[in-house]
Amino acid sequence: MDLFLSFFKIGLFTFGGGYAMIPLIEKEAVENKKWLSGEELLDIIAIAESTPGPIAVNAATFIGKKIKGFAGALCATAGVVLPSFIIILIVSFFWEKFKELRVVRYAFWGIRAGVLALIAKALVSMFMKSSKDLLSYFLMGASAVAVIVFDINAIIVILCCALIGLVYTIR
Amino acid sequence: MIRLQLFLTFFKIGLFTFGGGYAMIPLIKSEVLAHGWAEAEDIINYIAISESTPGPLAVNMATFIGRTTGGIPGALCATLGVVLPSFLIIFIIAGAYNRYRKSRIIQGVMAGLKPAVVGMIAAALISLGMEVFIYDKHPGTLSSIISVIIFAVMIILSFRKKSPVMIILISGVAGIITGYTTGL
Repeated sequence: MDLFLSFFKIGLFTFGGGYAMIPLIEKEAVENKKWLSGEELLDIIAIAESTPGPIAVNAATFIGKKIKGFAGALCATAGVVLPSFIIILIVSFFWEKFKELRVVRYAFWGIRAGVLALIAKALVSMFMKSSKDLLSYFLMGASAVAVIVFDINAIIVILCCALIGLVYTIR
Repeated sequence: MIRLQLFLTFFKIGLFTFGGGYAMIPLIKSEVLAHGWAEAEDIINYIAISESTPGPLAVNMATFIGRTTGGIPGALCATLGVVLPSFLIIFIIAGAYNRYRKSRIIQGVMAGLKPAVVGMIAAALISLGMEVFIYDKHPGTLSSIISVIIFAVMIILSFRKKSPVMIILISGVAGIITGYTTGL
């Protein structure tokens, strides 16, 4: 229950993706509840990055399991997901009601351009963080071209990149 | 039937989402368009709404698309689907995470996946950009020019560390003002 409430709180106050949530988790799980050390939190973030899924969900499952096994993992994950779920349900009802309004159409006309800017910013910061070698640059370009120009399914592209990285590393 | 489809589709999306929400946009877009669950323009709107509400992008998108196509049960199925892969995988490897992280196989896979994530975000930017600047429902050169200007201003603001919610708010107000002034 404690896990559920803590992660409900974390889920409720996480705007704009997983990395924004790390300070919140640190305060709640490390400082307040002492569920884990700062070192362990860094490990969890590293592992969350190398497994699929949102970092928030991964971290919640991991910490939940560590504290109370399967039930803990379930409570923490449900807690972190539930606030978004409820809020989006409410918003989606309003959206269907008001999306045809002129003022809403205009607002989203501007917002679509704003979202593009957010994605561009994310692209630049991910690019800065990635390794600067030929293989890495090649895979970035090739995967973007494969999806955009040749319309290849993103899953196939991702699997191919993983395979190339694997062969290149262990050869 | 649509609920099972929502569950399976978002399970697939959850399984192949690495490195945060934006990287999964090309996948979501192609799946959602293929099923006819939303139009390209809607997808950008949903991203905007997901970014201005709390919670992970993947979860918010799943809930939104699930709800608009299959009602509340649809939202439940899609959200469960997108969360379940992460839950299962973390649950399985939680005990052995150091061995997992240090294994050469995982390191090799990650060496390929990290650039793929950058490539996917680039693909999302290009395909959504064409949507916004060229095929938007407000047609015409003037409309495209205004979109480009708003985009450019927001880029500058976002590099000055304005939060995503702020960016969305400001661009929304800009859209309303230019919309009513130009009457487009």
